[in-house]
Amino acid sequence: MIHMKEVYKKYPNGVVAVNGISVDINQGEFVYVVGPSGAGKSTFIKLMYREEVPTSGEVIINGINTAQLKRKEVPLFRRHLGVVFQDFKLLPKLTVYENVAFAMEVIEEQPKKIRKRVLEVLELVGLKHKLRMFPNELSGGEQQRVSIARSIVNMPKVVIADEPTGNLDPETSWEIMRIFEQINALGTTVVMATHNREIVNKIRKRVIAIEGGMIVRDVDGGDYGYEI
Amino acid sequence: MKYRTLQRHFRESLKSLSRNGWMSVASISAVTVTLLLVGIFALVMMNLNHFADNIENDVEIRVLIDIINEPEKMKAAEDKLIKQVKSLPEVAEVKYSSKEEELKILIENYGEDFSLYEQSNPLRNVLYVKAKDPQQTAELAKKIDKLDNTYDVIYGEEKVKNLFSFLNTGRNIGLVLILGLLFTAIFLIYNTIRITITARRDEIEIMKLVGATSSFVRTPFLFEGLWLGLFGSIIPIFVVSIVYHYVYNHLTPRIKGEMLQLLDVTPLVFQVNFILLALGIFIGVWGSFMSVRKFLRVY
Repeated sequence: MIHMKEVYKKYPNGVVAVNGISVDINQGEFVYVVGPSGAGKSTFIKLMYREEVPTSGEVIINGINTAQLKRKEVPLFRRHLGVVFQDFKLLPKLTVYENVAFAMEVIEEQPKKIRKRVLEVLELVGLKHKLRMFPNELSGGEQQRVSIARSIVNMPKVVIADEPTGNLDPETSWEIMRIFEQINALGTTVVMATHNREIVNKIRKRVIAIEGGMIVRDVDGGDYGYEI
Repeated sequence: MKYRTLQRHFRESLKSLSRNGWMSVASISAVTVTLLLVGIFALVMMNLNHFADNIENDVEIRVLIDIINEPEKMKAAEDKLIKQVKSLPEVAEVKYSSKEEELKILIENYGEDFSLYEQSNPLRNVLYVKAKDPQQTAELAKKIDKLDNTYDVIYGEEKVKNLFSFLNTGRNIGLVLILGLLFTAIFLIYNTIRITITARRDEIEIMKLVGATSSFVRTPFLFEGLWLGLFGSIIPIFVVSIVYHYVYNHLTPRIKGEMLQLLDVTPLVFQVNFILLALGIFIGVWGSFMSVRKFLRVY
């Protein structure tokens, strides 16, 4: 599913963000990626959705070696992943419905199927009643739910989330986590970078801790392990 | 790209135009103002050029024919000359005028005093020759001068030279001004579009993250550029049509019979309107293409 082998990433400014990471994540797993700020979590995540390519080593997602993708093939590759961001990244001029539908329009799906599936996922994240609203009319938690709906609308095998609860209050964060658990229960792999200690300690899953660009701990059902 | 997707882009572009509200209004206004300038300037320049053409076309060569005392030989010589002149490649038109006709014109222009000459006409038969390209007049006059049986070739050498150099300078200045204005128009409209698209660069980034291909991101922007150009050219087209109609109807009766005639409303107004529309749409689409391209490359 996700296979990384001796991955190094050195940025042009000389910073080595990932310093030899090898890891395998299987279909249906739920994985937290934890670690202090600047440890390389974000780069680790970006390598997965090919926002970055490794300087050396292999990143293979769904059987595709990201380093070998041509620029033109990147969009096609991303359609098989769902990505959720800390800042939601919704299209401000599109309604809730249109934002989610956009991901399906991109793959030129039939309008009938789009309508059916978008309503389905909006129901799942509990926003069916707000489908005509624009992102700036929603709360942070609601915006994140739209973003999650968009990430799963094409039924990807993997959902990658970069601090999805980073901008949300604790209560809303729990709601978001419940949605991720639901998605995971349907068989989708979830990889989530997070700083949220409470969540990691309560909803026990596999924990990968990264420090200085290396994996320092990889425990099934582990705890957050850092004092904030 | 599927037809369905093209329809989707078409719809999205209109939606985006209305949802971007003031940004769209600003862009359309920029297009409107610039095209209005271009349109009015084009009307003026095309009319000035038309005046120049009229003046140039008035230039003709007078060929005075040698007198031969035997009328039959004279006739033969004249026919030969006319034939020779007509066969020159630069010649557009040859008109024969007998000395009797010439005298009539003289009397009409300068008065009855000249009717004395009716007894013994000192004038010569004349050929009036027009060149296909008035600028070739001098060259043509030289050629005709070399033919047999010509007494003199007159075309107001100095006057014509000065006139042509004046008109050519005028045309060149006009051309430079038009090019300058066009360049300014392209630059202004392109910049406005670039600003609107730069304000939406995040949208482009997000679209790419969700897996949109470059052409999927780009096409609605191109349509949007097309609308900006199209809607921006509506007011200039109306203004140009109405203003020229009014000016034409107002001025034509007053300058009737003068050498300076305004160009007819049709096809001039249609030509100018076509240029405005094409220019608006071209810059709109091209401006969008260039602006989006910059951000598509980044992500």
